[in-house]
Amino acid sequence: MGNPFFSWKSFLALPNDHPGKIIGIALIVAGIASFLVSFTAVTLQPLREANRERAGKAGMLAIIEQLGAKSPEARFVELSSGKYVKKVSGIWKQLIPSRDPARIGLLEDVATVYEIRNEGALSLVILPIRGKGYKSTLKGFLALEGDANTVAAVKFHDHDETPGIGANIEKDSWTGRWPGREIADNSGEILIEVVKGRAKGIHEVDGISGATRTGNGVSKLLRFWLGPDGYGPYLDRLKREDLK
Amino acid sequence: MSRLPHSMISPIMANNPVTLQVLGICSALAVTTSISTSLVMSAALIFVLTLSNFSISLIRNHIPSTIRLIIQITIIASLVIVVDQILQAYWFDMSKRLSVFVGLIVTNCIVLGRAEAFAMKNPPLASIQDGIGNGLGYSLILVIVGFIRELLGAGSLFGAPILISVSDGGWFSPIGLMALPPSAFFILGLVVWWVRNRHPEQVEEAQVPPKEGAQQ
Repeated sequence: MGNPFFSWKSFLALPNDHPGKIIGIALIVAGIASFLVSFTAVTLQPLREANRERAGKAGMLAIIEQLGAKSPEARFVELSSGKYVKKVSGIWKQLIPSRDPARIGLLEDVATVYEIRNEGALSLVILPIRGKGYKSTLKGFLALEGDANTVAAVKFHDHDETPGIGANIEKDSWTGRWPGREIADNSGEILIEVVKGRAKGIHEVDGISGATRTGNGVSKLLRFWLGPDGYGPYLDRLKREDLK
Repeated sequence: MSRLPHSMISPIMANNPVTLQVLGICSALAVTTSISTSLVMSAALIFVLTLSNFSISLIRNHIPSTIRLIIQITIIASLVIVVDQILQAYWFDMSKRLSVFVGLIVTNCIVLGRAEAFAMKNPPLASIQDGIGNGLGYSLILVIVGFIRELLGAGSLFGAPILISVSDGGWFSPIGLMALPPSAFFILGLVVWWVRNRHPEQVEEAQVPPKEGAQQ
């Protein structure tokens, strides 16, 4: 037994239906296969991330082009106070589950938003949003008009929802239902919601049939990002300062 | 030695996995809206099929028959993940267009079929050739279907306009059906019919024989 070469040979010489050989072969194949998969996944990770980020940028540029706006200015916003800061802090905090309806887990202290101004007056603000859909994290952008309340566009550029059902959230046929909707009523309560069946009123959007849970995910992530833990303080400040 | 190239040539035409064995047609429906997606899907399948045939053939004498399928699927699935990751890293747009269908190569019956029918019984070199041959056979059909669907469905080839559509001021009105999966069924059916017309020995016997005196 001392000689590993000998034991390897005797292992191979075992009959194929010997339990030890069955388990051994299964372990060896699984080991090699998992090494191959993890090696590729880890080495290619930076490239895939970069691609996804580029797709995200392209998604935002598509929104801007669609709305015929000028080039956006990136601003860094401290979420808790809603104030502009000089740079991204790089600090993320863990959300407790009861205050994390969008199930994002980690939230950045400082977010990057994009503002488009027309001679100083805000005409468009683009907010990156993300949250859990049915089986994947949805990443996208929400563009609001200068009143910081009317939806100009919604776009999800990164997700892994069921093709043909939940995946339709990236299609124009669905995102086309968003422009003109309003996120909050006059008292400032966030009301925007994806509903089943016919949308009633200015705060509701038709869901995709068969994709109820994807739609619920979108509702929850919008409520979170527009609420007090998300861009709420920033949007309140925009309304106070820019719209006087 | 003259037997070896045959194992590569025969699956391309006479023994084509798609037209004769009618395997792997799910992806033939899904990814053939254009030639470029057909070609990339074909390349991915050739890669997976060749390497899975090779590795399964290498260890074929030591695979316990009780867990045979599990071992084969483990190897195939790992190769598929590798291809999918490479596409996502180096050809992101294409991987978005192919969406789940690269991942679904795992369930492509050609891969498991060749592992079970060929690689388990033959040496590695012959298995490589069998893999390439069957992969090329699949590719040929995919490219034919992709060619017809892109030309008639979008009026273009490789994305370059060939038939100028009415909306661009030309004469050609694209056939909407060609952009939809059912059209691949029709084209595939026509190809199978044409091949079996040339090779009548491929025609299968009717599974349910017609009843006597059923004309009325």
